[in-house]
Amino acid sequence: MTHAAPVIEVEELSFSYDGHHPTLENVNFTLAAGDFASIIGPNGGGKTTLLKLILGMLKPRSGRVRVFGESPDRVLSRIGTMPQHTVIDSQFPIRVIDVVLMGCLRPGRKLGAFSRADRQAARDALERVGLLGLEHRAYSALSGGQRQRVLLARAIAPNPDLLMLDEPEAGLDRKIEQDFFDLLEELNRDTTVVLVSHDLGFVASFVRTVICVHTTVDVHPTSHLDGTMIQDLYGGEVQVVHHDRHL
Amino acid sequence: MEFLNAVLRFDFLQNALLAGVLGGLAAGLVGTWVVVRRTSSVAGAMAHCVLAGLGAARWLQEVHGVSWADPMLGATAAALIAAALIATSTRQSSEREDTLIAAIWAVGMAIGLLFIAGTPGYTEDLMSYLFGNILLVRGGELWLMALLDLVVIGVAVGWYAELQGICFDEEFARLRGLPVNRLALLLHTLTALTVVLLVSVVGIVLVIALLTLPAAVAGRFTRTLSGTMILAVVLSMIFTTSGLWVSFSFDLPAGATTIVLAGVAYLAARIIPRRA
Repeated sequence: MTHAAPVIEVEELSFSYDGHHPTLENVNFTLAAGDFASIIGPNGGGKTTLLKLILGMLKPRSGRVRVFGESPDRVLSRIGTMPQHTVIDSQFPIRVIDVVLMGCLRPGRKLGAFSRADRQAARDALERVGLLGLEHRAYSALSGGQRQRVLLARAIAPNPDLLMLDEPEAGLDRKIEQDFFDLLEELNRDTTVVLVSHDLGFVASFVRTVICVHTTVDVHPTSHLDGTMIQDLYGGEVQVVHHDRHL
Repeated sequence: MEFLNAVLRFDFLQNALLAGVLGGLAAGLVGTWVVVRRTSSVAGAMAHCVLAGLGAARWLQEVHGVSWADPMLGATAAALIAAALIATSTRQSSEREDTLIAAIWAVGMAIGLLFIAGTPGYTEDLMSYLFGNILLVRGGELWLMALLDLVVIGVAVGWYAELQGICFDEEFARLRGLPVNRLALLLHTLTALTVVLLVSVVGIVLVIALLTLPAAVAGRFTRTLSGTMILAVVLSMIFTTSGLWVSFSFDLPAGATTIVLAGVAYLAARIIPRRA
């Protein structure tokens, strides 16, 4: 067991959208700093709901969520987020650098243009995702994979201690997906990473903790994950294939 | 040249030209936010709701002798009420927003029609409210437009990044800790005020086109929000000025001419490939 300070603590958490049918019931888990966790589970099982509760965008019906030991809305500045890419209008007239600079928005920022430090942070973030040089390109002119990288750069621009990503691999082809996850693995060296995935395929070597969500929540180290758990989670419709992955 | 000579001779044409330019500035800036946030139906509802305020104020003045009930005041009140209703409903649940917008749109119009029906001499008023009469713009309205322009420019420069943030990805802006609800209310309020002043330029029915078409054209040729705003302002001014010119030369209604010109530009821009 790791003794690092917990980044996320969820206790006795229950949530329901309509007050009758629980979306999440009696959820308990903690995640330690430096972890790389993947939230998996069937569609409608409550993955995105759990993510929103951790971010404080939804209020629990009962129980509590602590991030860095505090209520989530008090530590938003330490969390970098990336939404499902479909929520963004790809025709919006905006340059790459302006999208990344949004990561530097914060309450109490001096009005007007961004500071030199903010601009530098945005360029650094673009460099980390391998897009330096495209700052002045129109966001609408980028490929799907590049857009994902821009949104990731926006998430890491304020140097967050925790990254929360909602289905970042959606819409990417396999090759680009692999590159993208290599990038996340690299970022994981100084940041705790939590991502929601619709796809079991990349519950890969670098994912250390799997959070299985299907109204209830079970947390496993990846090494303990086996076929029975996956079948329980997805209702036996999934064939489990073991891959030997060599890096 | 006949038009230029007439402009030099007649105050009312100078006022009309100035109204087109001052109104075009607010229309281009606010219209850009409306287009990128996809809230043109909200602006349409506000515009139609304005008739309730215009009608009520006129009725109070004519039938009850309430002299302070200026139609501009009524129009502003109605548009701000519409803005507040829409902003509150978006905050609580997003799923029924379009129904509320439709209700404000039509009910506002209906209330206005009832008041106008109860006011003697209503038909002339109704036509100029619905389709605008830029030739009737008074000096006071020009000052209000200039004031609104200053406020809109101030907001657009000061809160540029924050407003761009909520337009591009509202949820992300919220997660950065921005006061998203207050910023959205600010945009709704500026839209309401702009709509009220544009009503005298192109009328209730056509306002939505002057707000959205210049920004929609501009967005296809620029790659920044500020670029879109500047180009939209220039285009709005060109449309209102050339609309006035064409309508004067061929004896056509100015508001409708302006909007048809904007519509032609919009169609042309859709045919030309994007350049951004």
